[in-house]
Amino acid sequence: MTTHKTVRIAAGQGFWGDWLEAPVRQVQGGDIDYLVLDYLAEVTMSILQKQRSRDPAFGYARDFVTLMERILPDVAAKGIRVVSNAGGVNPRACAEAVRAAADRAGLGDQIRIALVSGDDLLPRLDELVAEGESFANMDTERPLSDVRDRVQSANAYLGMQPVVEALAAGANVIITGRVTDTGLTLGPLVHEFGWSFDDWDRIAAGTIAGHILECGAQSSGGNLLRDWRQVKRLEDVGFPIVEAEADGSFTVTKHPGTGGVVNVASVTEQLVYEMGNPHEYITPDGIADFTSIRLDQVGKHRVRVHGITGGPRTPMLKVSVAYQYGWKAVGTLVYSWPEAYDKAKAADRILRKRLKALDLEYEQILTEYVGVDATHGKLAGEPDPEIAEVMLRVGVRAPERAPVDRFTREIAPLVLTGPPSVTGFAGGRPQVEEIVAYWPALVARERIEPFVRVEML
Amino acid sequence: MATEMLQLRWLAHARSGDKGDTANVGLIALQPEWYDLLVEQVTAKRVGRHFKGMVSGVERFELPNLNALNFLLHGALDGGGTLSLKTDAQGKVYSTALLRMEIEVPRKLAKKIRAAAA
Repeated sequence: MTTHKTVRIAAGQGFWGDWLEAPVRQVQGGDIDYLVLDYLAEVTMSILQKQRSRDPAFGYARDFVTLMERILPDVAAKGIRVVSNAGGVNPRACAEAVRAAADRAGLGDQIRIALVSGDDLLPRLDELVAEGESFANMDTERPLSDVRDRVQSANAYLGMQPVVEALAAGANVIITGRVTDTGLTLGPLVHEFGWSFDDWDRIAAGTIAGHILECGAQSSGGNLLRDWRQVKRLEDVGFPIVEAEADGSFTVTKHPGTGGVVNVASVTEQLVYEMGNPHEYITPDGIADFTSIRLDQVGKHRVRVHGITGGPRTPMLKVSVAYQYGWKAVGTLVYSWPEAYDKAKAADRILRKRLKALDLEYEQILTEYVGVDATHGKLAGEPDPEIAEVMLRVGVRAPERAPVDRFTREIAPLVLTGPPSVTGFAGGRPQVEEIVAYWPALVARERIEPFVRVEML
Repeated sequence: MATEMLQLRWLAHARSGDKGDTANVGLIALQPEWYDLLVEQVTAKRVGRHFKGMVSGVERFELPNLNALNFLLHGALDGGGTLSLKTDAQGKVYSTALLRMEIEVPRKLAKKIRAAAA
């Protein structure tokens, strides 16, 4: 057994829509063992769900396939393994598309694809309810029956175990549905170091490594507030790489010659991102204690992370249910100096009176003034009376489509029937968007795990 | 000891994110020796007052290992996720909104920070 084995895991995408060059640079810019690509946020699952409902062949991150076409030759030649949840709500279609791409590239026998399924609970939902699973909303405690007839998808968050199984089966491209962001990184570490599934401190350490990688460059200089002017060459930003050791400690770094920065500040900002109770960062694999993390700058663009402790996993898995909620639209107009803010406010008053006169009912009408209060609300104080321009931004939300549709036709008329010096309406009528909302719930682990499958394609 | 009010932007950096209708703000001391000042003064109660009318409740957690405090701002996102009509539907800039808050610091320290900023 090699005691000084280091496993290098590189982040390729921080969300669906992230920088397309990043994964290519990660496989070409230096040695890595694994490339992990996180595509799934709650909002993303809802978009993918909408796509699958339009066409059953869709429902996954299709640009992942295009990306794989670019990197497959390097993956094959360098022995890099790729782990991604790009499969979204249709991992089988995703895996089949990558299979076809590998075959087209003449790499058919070198690319061994594993498909992880079993997170999709939609076909089993009523059966699970009959078995006693309530799927009560974790935030509101409302029963699922409130929205059952509008449910569009239901996915359990799976942990690292199927990823470990796929790696043990020899896969070098692993495509999953709703596997947690952190499980994509933890899986390879458990596989490489042979950590036991109940080695809670190491499970916590691998989970935190995953948390540092899951948002891509957000831990290597992107969106870094501290000394942001000093962050150099973000145009060539190096996505983060974790160099992990068997004891659970690891070093965060990036490829030589890349832009951005890896320092204690950049890693700390990512650690606190989307944090709840830091003592209990709950994943399907265990509970990580963020108050145990120690960070040391051990070299240029090298931060050592150690000391991590954790606790046992819970008997429940989180479930994310998506359901049809209603409709929304946002319209904007720009008002110029002089008295830009007053003009924008006058336009908002007129718009609201017209909506009222039409007897349109909304769950909410929200007005913001971009340049004045859109980011910090009242905390920003009164604007400079000489402010050059203000963007009026009005959003509406309703259970029915019709009032939202009508709202989108009330924006442009303000140009000729409202306050003066207005512009910025070239984009035309605002888009009406369907709202697919999220319903967070829990389910007993033992009802899900027996259905999780790893298949080689 | 003589003190004066100073905006948190000079004492801390921050990042925020979302979970449902809750925004979180991680507030990180710019110097380890300023962390205690944050613990003492940036209380859940005072943060609640700062965001009055914008959030329904505030929880605070301490991470002395990172010189950081984590705040949960409940009801901050107009329903959150896909429902929210806000520009900042995912709470990305609640971080900087918190940095507008002023706390009391020793006058000597305030002077030093102002001189460095200038």
